[in-house]
Amino acid sequence: MCLSIPAKILSIEGTTAKASVGGAIVNASLHLVDDAVVGDYILIHTGFALQKISEEEALETIRMIKDLQNETL
Amino acid sequence: MMKYLDEFRDRELVSKLVDAIHQKSVRNIRLMEVCGGHTLAIRKYGIQHLLPSTIELLSGPGCPVCVTDRTAIDQSIAFAAMPGVIVTTYGDLIRVPGSESTLNQEKASGADVRIVYSTLDALEIARLNPDKKVVFLGIGFETTTPSSAVALSEARKQNVSNFFLFSMHKLMPPAMAGLIDQGIKIDGYIGPGHVTTIAGAGMYAPLVDKYRISVVVSGFEPVDLLQSILMLVNMNEEGRYGTEIQYKRAVTKEGNIKARELVSRIFEPADDTWRGLGIIPESGLKIRNEFSQFDAALHFNLRIKPVPEPKGCLCGEVLRGLKKPDQCGLFGKVCTPVNPIGACMVSGEGACQAYYQYR
Repeated sequence: MCLSIPAKILSIEGTTAKASVGGAIVNASLHLVDDAVVGDYILIHTGFALQKISEEEALETIRMIKDLQNETL
Repeated sequence: MMKYLDEFRDRELVSKLVDAIHQKSVRNIRLMEVCGGHTLAIRKYGIQHLLPSTIELLSGPGCPVCVTDRTAIDQSIAFAAMPGVIVTTYGDLIRVPGSESTLNQEKASGADVRIVYSTLDALEIARLNPDKKVVFLGIGFETTTPSSAVALSEARKQNVSNFFLFSMHKLMPPAMAGLIDQGIKIDGYIGPGHVTTIAGAGMYAPLVDKYRISVVVSGFEPVDLLQSILMLVNMNEEGRYGTEIQYKRAVTKEGNIKARELVSRIFEPADDTWRGLGIIPESGLKIRNEFSQFDAALHFNLRIKPVPEPKGCLCGEVLRGLKKPDQCGLFGKVCTPVNPIGACMVSGEGACQAYYQYR
């Protein structure tokens, strides 16, 4: 039930964002996040944006795993 | 291409992580996930088959529908049976068996039960039906509670006096502590990703300190889960314990402060009953006095007699990691997703249904 999906914000009107989930357009309430802007990726859960997704951290996670072989093997 | 999904399903990264886990893991350890999304993802991707025999994965009480006590389900059904009441709910709850019926069966017999996508849809139904009382069944952990909090805050702002919330919301850390208190041996928790997106990884500090156990907050893709397992293996092998975040793209130590403040303005912790675990102190959320006009439990004040779990159903043991779903005599025979006997088979993320779908 805590499933949340990453979606890209396409437009914002008042407290509602239209966001793309792999091409499907869904509405997301922005009551819980203050600083989201068009182009940001957010996690959507039961119609609410829970949090912005950090691109920097996502890339860092991938980089750490790619480097794994050198460190542990 | 789905950004933030496909990269975390990459075959090469998966095999790197699997190799590292096999190389590092020496001690026998038991790791428990306490999020239904993790239960489902582990089964769906067959993560358990990629691990060495030193690592046992357990499913814990991470499915809100599954841990909701049968008396609360009966109470939800009782709201639907009252004249002039519209019951609104997330889809997960509608097929859960109460002692005699389900919300779905009540709906088929004429009760006004409506599935909504968001709490704000439920509030809108209340606004459009001022002559009816609209009850929203608030279920879920830290992730979902803010949605209920927004609905009550908006109900007050918009002066919608015919909207009521039945709070079955629960908190995860007290249940994680409760399992250890019950003597269940766990060497590390795969921490719930979106629960922690809201509540922040800092919330595990008392648990980690008291029980000297590790929590690694994980994302939901195969790469996320395997990296989290590797982190837990490393901590166990090195004799360390603590809280670490694997799911850094969505989780911080503080969480979503705005959501947390809103939740604590509207709810306060209270003792609550979990299926299989019994009463756990301060593990539920009740509506504060300032918002009691919206509290369905107070407004309708129904007396529901507690009933025992169905005979032969091991949902309670499954939720504590004591039994695997396929060790239940009912599993796959009389209890199936089409005809579920217990709650663990109802929800797509219940351990029994996840095991059944990906046998």
